[in-house]
Amino acid sequence: MKVSVYRYNPETDREPWMEDFEVDTGGRDLMVLDVLAMIKERDPGLAYRRSCREGVCGSDGMNINGRNALACVTPLSEAAPGVLEGRKPLVIRPLPGLPVIRDLAVDMGIFYEQYEKVQPYLINDEPAPAIERLQSPEERAKLDGLYECILCACCTTSCPSFWWNPERFLGPAALLQSWRFLADSRDRATEERLDQLDDPFSLFRCRGIMNCVSVCPKGLNPTRAIGHIRSKLLERAV
Amino acid sequence: MVTSVTNPGRNGLYDWLLQRVTAVVIGAYSIGLIGFLVLNPGLDYETWKACMGSLPMQMINTLVLVSVLLHAWAGLWIVTTDYLTRAQFGNAATGVRLVVQMLILLLCLVYLLWGLVMIWGGA
Ligand code: SF4
Ligand code: SF4
Ligand code: FES
Repeated sequence: MKVSVYRYNPETDREPWMEDFEVDTGGRDLMVLDVLAMIKERDPGLAYRRSCREGVCGSDGMNINGRNALACVTPLSEAAPGVLEGRKPLVIRPLPGLPVIRDLAVDMGIFYEQYEKVQPYLINDEPAPAIERLQSPEERAKLDGLYECILCACCTTSCPSFWWNPERFLGPAALLQSWRFLADSRDRATEERLDQLDDPFSLFRCRGIMNCVSVCPKGLNPTRAIGHIRSKLLERAV
Repeated sequence: MVTSVTNPGRNGLYDWLLQRVTAVVIGAYSIGLIGFLVLNPGLDYETWKACMGSLPMQMINTLVLVSVLLHAWAGLWIVTTDYLTRAQFGNAATGVRLVVQMLILLLCLVYLLWGLVMIWGGA
């Protein structure tokens, strides 16, 4: 089958280009990451990130046939119809909207900066109890669908609002984490957190396009989290 | 927290609410107007003029005019801050954006005055 890979080495290339490889998968429904490994055996210069190879670490987010996904858990049969059968090429590009360091490796700096802005940790100045801060099972259940995020950036880099305003719009991943701590019964910083989100950009640039929801490899729903935060802001204001 | 001095409301929440509330006003008015036209097939100029010239209609029309202009300003402000940025214009972005925003605002003001003259000017 034909695999088309985005190549860019800022030291030698004037601009990015697509390189085509012919890969023999023997008709097996391999993961996209396996195919990349086969290519890397031939061309050790190909740069991409990966670690766990089972959808846990979040390091191999990339754009596969136009869709952001984790290469390690995306089988060829799900990349795009016809790819597995060799009727269509497999097209691999870096995550959109972030500066490319080399080939498929992007600079995640701005993504982490936005994550840092939502203060992704418990804030609670009350004296800690002897053993632990308890939560009821119901309170704990509110964090389901939020804490599972692996920060792969598939969602944020598929969001047009983030493409246009990456420094000002926090993006779906950071906003999901913002809600994760707003929803935590042990957190005491609700007001300060909401104050940070009230401006026209940080949260309100979300236009509900739901690209984030459709690509999240963990099946999470940042749009719903953003809706919850918006309701909180509204409750507070009217 | 991102600060901005040119956005229409006081903050993101007000901009967002403003867009929704004005959209409801515009929607309700459009449906009402279409209903009126459907229920009055043989509408002539005199009936139309009497209707639009009545005080309640003048007040409603003023509300709708203001809603349309606020809605347009809020929406276009977002368009300018999405598409007229450093990514497209580099260091000139702030200048370009400011000029376009001022032009839009000026146009809105002209429409406001023109509309008020039409609604309240009698004739
Ligand atoms: S729903 Fe909001 S955050 Fe998600 S992709 Fe759309 S604009 Fe971005
Ligand atoms: S919400 Fe989903 S897509 Fe976004 S960073 Fe977390 S795991 Fe990745
Ligand atoms: S390699 Fe860890 S998520 Fe894919």
